[in-house]
Amino acid sequence: MLSRIAESLFWIGRYIERADATARLLDVHVQTILEDPWAEEDLVCRTLLSVMNRDAPPADTLVGRRFVLDSLAFDRSTPSAIAGSLTAARENARRAREVISTELWEAVNGSWNQLPAHMVSSRPHSFFTWVRERAALVSGIVDQSISRDDTWNFLVLGRSIERADMTARLLATRALAGTTGPDWPTLLRSCGAHEAYLRRFRGLGSDETAAEFLLTDRLFPRSVVHALGQAQACLDALDPAVGKASIGGARRTLGHARTNLEYGALPDLIESLPAQMLAVQRACSSASETIRQRYFPSGALTQWAGGVL
Amino acid sequence: MTDVAYVSFMADLFDGYPAGAAWDEVFDRTGDVRPSYRHVYEALGELSEAELRGRAETLARTYLTQGVTFDIGGEERPFPIDVAPRVVTEAEWDSVAPGVAQRVKALEAFLADVYGSQRAIADGVVPRRLVTSSTHFHRAAQGIEPPNGVRVHVSGIDLIRDEKGQFRVLEDNVRVPSGVSYVLSNRKAMAQVFPELFASLRIRSVAEYPSRLLAALTAAAPDGVHEPTVVVLTPGVYNSAYFEHSLLARSMGVELVEGRDLVCSGGHVWMRTTNGRRRVDVIYRRVDDEFLDPVTFRSDSLLGSPGLMAAARRGTVTIANAVGNGVADDKLVYTYLPDLIRYYLGEEPLLASVDTWRLEEPAALEEVLDRLHELVVKPVDGSGGKGLVVGPAASASELADLRDRLRKDPRGWIAQPVVQLSTVPTLVEGGLRPRHVDLRPFAVNDGDHVWVLPGGLTRVALPEGQLVVNSSQGGGSKDTWVLGSSRGAPVSSPLELPRTVAFGEGVPIDASPSDDRSEQQQQQQQQARRPHPTHEAGAPC
Repeated sequence: MLSRIAESLFWIGRYIERADATARLLDVHVQTILEDPWAEEDLVCRTLLSVMNRDAPPADTLVGRRFVLDSLAFDRSTPSAIAGSLTAARENARRAREVISTELWEAVNGSWNQLPAHMVSSRPHSFFTWVRERAALVSGIVDQSISRDDTWNFLVLGRSIERADMTARLLATRALAGTTGPDWPTLLRSCGAHEAYLRRFRGLGSDETAAEFLLTDRLFPRSVVHALGQAQACLDALDPAVGKASIGGARRTLGHARTNLEYGALPDLIESLPAQMLAVQRACSSASETIRQRYFPSGALTQWAGGVL
Repeated sequence: MTDVAYVSFMADLFDGYPAGAAWDEVFDRTGDVRPSYRHVYEALGELSEAELRGRAETLARTYLTQGVTFDIGGEERPFPIDVAPRVVTEAEWDSVAPGVAQRVKALEAFLADVYGSQRAIADGVVPRRLVTSSTHFHRAAQGIEPPNGVRVHVSGIDLIRDEKGQFRVLEDNVRVPSGVSYVLSNRKAMAQVFPELFASLRIRSVAEYPSRLLAALTAAAPDGVHEPTVVVLTPGVYNSAYFEHSLLARSMGVELVEGRDLVCSGGHVWMRTTNGRRRVDVIYRRVDDEFLDPVTFRSDSLLGSPGLMAAARRGTVTIANAVGNGVADDKLVYTYLPDLIRYYLGEEPLLASVDTWRLEEPAALEEVLDRLHELVVKPVDGSGGKGLVVGPAASASELADLRDRLRKDPRGWIAQPVVQLSTVPTLVEGGLRPRHVDLRPFAVNDGDHVWVLPGGLTRVALPEGQLVVNSSQGGGSKDTWVLGSSRGAPVSSPLELPRTVAFGEGVPIDASPSDDRSEQQQQQQQQARRPHPTHEAGAPC
C-alpha cells in the first residue's frame, strides 16, 4: 500500500474518532453547565479549553459556552474542533478514495456535506447527537465493509490511538476542574460507559471504581487500556512481532503506557491522575509520530529554488 | 418599533388568556405576572408561536425515539409533555417538602402499627373496622418485620393548590406509585430543548433519584447480607409503566426481572441466569399485591412467583414496597391522617388536607346524597382516577346510579367538595391556555431519612376545564422546576484529586502533516484550473 494512502487511512480513523469524542465531551459539559445551577461556567469552560490545548482568553474575561462551542465545535479551520476534524477526515478520504469502499466514502463525504445544516449554535445537543450518529455510521461501515487487511488496520490503529488520547483528556477534565466539573457518572455517560459501568458494579459504584473503569477496564472498548491494547494489536498485525528479538518503536511506547495503567496500583494511579493522563496523551502523540516515520515517511519535498536554473 | 413587536407576539401566545375561578400560578388576580414566573414568562414571550410549536414537536419526537410512552387503552403513545414548565419557588418548596416527609413518617408508623400491636386502635384513634374492612389490609403481611423498619420505601404524595394557592394533600400513594421516570426524562428533554432557560435559572437537579432509590433498597436488605442483590420486578413489557421499570433498573444497574425469572426454593428467592441460580435479596416490585404470589393471593396470577411471601416471612428477602401498604393509602384512612400525625409524631400536620365526608357516618351520607351534584365522589381503594365521579359534570342518571351505589356500600366511598385545582399555561390549539395541574412529589425512605425529590411530577389535564389529571385519563405532564439559590450538601463525598497540573500544560492535539500542506494543495488546484500555464507571462525557455 502506498504510504500516502496509509497515512490518509490512519488519519481518517483519528479524525472521525476525534469528532465523536469531542462531541461527547462537549455535550456532557454543556449539559452540566445547564443542569447544575451551581456549576461555575467560567471554570468549566477554561478546563475544557485547557484540556483540548487551546488558549483561553485572559483571566479577567468570563469564558462562556458560546466561546467554547465556537472554538471546539464549530471551527472548521482546525482539525482539533469537531467541524474541522470532519472536514479533515473528508479531505483524507478523498486522497484515499481508490482504496476505501464507496459506502465509506459516502458516509464521510455525506457528513461533511451536511455539516453546515447541523451547525446550529442554539441547539448544540442535536449537533452533538448528529456527530455521534455519523461517527457510529462510519465506524460501522469500516467494520463491515473493509477486509481485515492493512486498510482496516491503519484505520483502526488511528481510531484506537485517538480514543486512548481522548479518554485521557476526558479524565483530565475531571482532574483539573475538581468538584465543579461534571461528576463521574456524567463523565461515564459521555463515553457511553455509564450503563456498562452500572452493570459491572451493580450500582455500588464509587468515584474510585468509576475512574478505574475508564482507565483500566479490559472489556469496555473506550477505556484507555482497551484502546491502547487495540492499537497494539493493529501494530502487531501490520508488522508481526513474532520471531523478533526485541520490540521497539510505537509498540513499546503504547505498551509502556498500557502496562503502566494495567499493572499499576489503582490508588497510586488516582493519586497522580493528571500526570498519568498527560503521560498517556504524550505516549499517543509520540506513537503517532513514530508510526509516521516508520510507515509514512515523506520524502523531503522538492523545492524549486528560484534562479538556480 | 421592537417594543411594539415584542408586545404583539407576546400577545399571540397569551392572547385571550382567561382568568378563571382557580388559582393561576403565572398570573395574579389583576393579570400581572407573579415574580416566580417572570423569567420563564419573558423567555417564552421571546419565542414566536411557530418556534414554540417547533420545540414542542422536538419534545414529542425525542420521547418517541426514547420510547417514553404510555399505554392508553392498549395503544402506545408518546407521553405528552408540555413545553411550558411549572415553577415552584424555593420558599414554597421548603414548606412542602418537610410536610411530605412528615406524612410519610406518619404513614410508616401507621403501617408498622397496623401490622403489629395495633396501638392506635386500642387507643381509639382509628376504629378497628377502618382497618379490617380495607380491601388492601392483608393478613398475610401480619408479622412480617421489615429489616430496617421501612415499609414505604417509595411514596408519591399527591398535592394540589386550592383557590388561595395553598398546597393541600389530595391523596397518598404508598403501594407502587409510578411517574418518577417522567420526572427524570422530562428534565433531560427540557434541558435539551430550552438550553437558554436552564442557563439563566438555577433549577434543582433531579438526577440523584436512582442512586437514592438504590441506597434505600440496599439499606432494606435482610440482615447479614453483604452486597445485596437488588432486582426490579415488572409485570412485563405490556405493562403501561414498563418504560419506568426499565429506566429505573437501567439507571440503578440492577436486573429487571419478570415473575418467571424468579424461583423460590429452600426458603430463598433466586433468579435464573446463564450462570445458574443467583440469590435475590431485595425485590423492588412494581407488581400489585394480589399478583405477587399465587400461593398466598390470586392463584391465577402469572406475574409473581409462588413462595415469595413465604420467603419474605422467613426474612430472606425484602419486598419493597411492603405487601399490605394499601391499607394506609385507603382514602378513608386519609381522613384520619391529621390525627395519626399528632398521635404518632406528636406534631401538627404541616400540609393541609382536603375536607372529606366519611360516608359511613349516617349524617354525612345524608348530606352528601343531598348535594351529590356539587361534590366529587371517589372509591376509597381506587387509583388512577378510576371510578371517580365529578358531580357538576355528571348526568342525572349517573347521579341516580351513584346514589344507589353509595347507599349499598358507604364504606367504599368518600366525598369531597370540588376543588378548583390551580392552573398553569399549557400549549393547546389556541395558544397558551390555563389547564389544571396537580403535583406528585416522590419521597424515598432509607430508614434514617425521608428524602423528597425536588419538584416531582406535575400532571396536567389537557381538555379545557377538566379536573382529573391522571395519565390513564388522557393527562399530560410538565417539567417541574424548583428554583434553588443555595447549594445543598453534596450527596457523596467527591473524590478529591490533586491539582498538580497547571492550566495550559496540555499536550498538543495532533494533525496530519499533509493537512497543512496548503501550498501543495494550491499548486494542485492551480494545475487543474490552468492546464496550460501562462504564455502571456512569456516565460523564457
